[in-house]
Amino acid sequence: MLNVTKLNVWFGHGRDRVDAVKSVDLTVEKGESFGLVGESGSGKSTILRAITGLAPHWSGAMVIDGSKIVGTSRDRVFFRKVQMVFQDPYASLHPRHTVDQVLSETLYLHGITDIESNILRLLDNVGLTARFRFRYPHQLSGGQRQRVAIARALAGRPDMLLLDEPTSALDVSVQAEILNLLTDLRNERHLTYIMVSHNLAVVAHMCDRVAVMRHGEIVELIKVDQLRLGHAHHPYVKELLESTYG
Amino acid sequence: MLSVKNLWVKFPTNKGLFDAVRGISFSLGRERLGIVGESGSGKSMTGRAILRLIRPPGFIMAEYVKFGEDNLIDLDESKMRSIRGRRISMVMQDPKFSLNPVMTIGAQIIEAYRQHNDVPKRVAYQKAIEMLDAVLIRDTERVLRAYPHEVSGGMGQRIMIAMMLIPNPDILIADEPTSALDVSVQKQVMSILDGLVTRRGMGLILISHDLNLVSQFCDRVLIMYAGRIVEVCDAGALHQARHPYTQGLLNSLPRLTEKTRHLSVLQRDPAWAQPDSVTS
Repeated sequence: MLNVTKLNVWFGHGRDRVDAVKSVDLTVEKGESFGLVGESGSGKSTILRAITGLAPHWSGAMVIDGSKIVGTSRDRVFFRKVQMVFQDPYASLHPRHTVDQVLSETLYLHGITDIESNILRLLDNVGLTARFRFRYPHQLSGGQRQRVAIARALAGRPDMLLLDEPTSALDVSVQAEILNLLTDLRNERHLTYIMVSHNLAVVAHMCDRVAVMRHGEIVELIKVDQLRLGHAHHPYVKELLESTYG
Repeated sequence: MLSVKNLWVKFPTNKGLFDAVRGISFSLGRERLGIVGESGSGKSMTGRAILRLIRPPGFIMAEYVKFGEDNLIDLDESKMRSIRGRRISMVMQDPKFSLNPVMTIGAQIIEAYRQHNDVPKRVAYQKAIEMLDAVLIRDTERVLRAYPHEVSGGMGQRIMIAMMLIPNPDILIADEPTSALDVSVQKQVMSILDGLVTRRGMGLILISHDLNLVSQFCDRVLIMYAGRIVEVCDAGALHQARHPYTQGLLNSLPRLTEKTRHLSVLQRDPAWAQPDSVTS
């Protein structure tokens, strides 16, 4: 599904140049749920941003579903395949657009014609009733907003969701609801997930394999089953395990 | 050191008064007190109310908020200003809104330091480097040259903590100080705070939604729900909490050691919001 080789991403220039991602290789199979874990600034979100064309400077090769990605512009075909859910649902939803506007615009952009029934279906998919349809983001709770953001991502029936810390702005009880929703959606639609999180327990709950990143590099690639048994090799991963176990 | 009796925080709305905090009482010694709850539980409002930082039209009512000899509820604004920051410091939730976006981080720290200490810039600059070292920031000189939007959220929060500790306060109120940080850094920052509390004999109020963090770094924990304290426990015994709300929160956390398909979801009971606050 996704093949990334020798990916480098950098920001700035001269003495203030920051190499956010350094020579990262990763492969995500169709239907897999893949996790990226690491501290802030480790480059995990930057990888997702590079895939979706939000990182201005990158080098290396990225192939999605057999087609090569170049530069920073992505075509409609790409967005029908890959969608992203961001960390802060308040910042990623337009404050003066109702749920209805958000979803109908997205459906329109994907070239879907039967907008009316699709909106109701999307709301239903993410566990919202029709009464949420004409609300503005500020009239929704954090969890409801994230459900809208997920509905928007699902609008074009993508194969792959890039989840950038989808629950870290939410309360733990709401986090549980959203993670359960994401689990169910993946099972129903055979979606491929790449999930970025700083929370090892969340990633372990959602993913099959995890890449642990530090300073822009993947330091260890590990199956979650191994991780649960505490079989990490890299000292940093061991340290992460320890802090998570408490 | 601090003693709060029957504290209310109210906001007028077009449907009448909304009570964000509803009659809570607690005291703080030279200890680490955790306040835990979900968003909207009133935990942040409690922290802000102590420093009288509730913006109008919101207002505070209390029998007293005693800090040493003073009742913070009655103090005039100028006396209050001499307490805020100097004797009771607060680290806020989001560094994005606490740092000045158009000043470099170095300039801000140096300015803050020189407010409290009459020293030349050069000395303050050295001090700024030391302080960033103390909150475990690598690459200090680059960070001092950077503007707030050029550092990560985690780094911004560590910078805030460094700045708040400059005047050596008696009490530090930390509102989600590490929720923007990663587990490994979280622990380091908490150990820094922890070290300061024990070494300087400070009192710490740690406001957080993170039950595990609070149980690791506090002595006592207040659990808030709908503006009230529903349970008080020793931090070490948090996992034996009795209240169904506390238990529900603990159960909704994913665990690394267990493999489950679905996480348990908290079923809220309207009755939880009814009884009076537990006092501590």
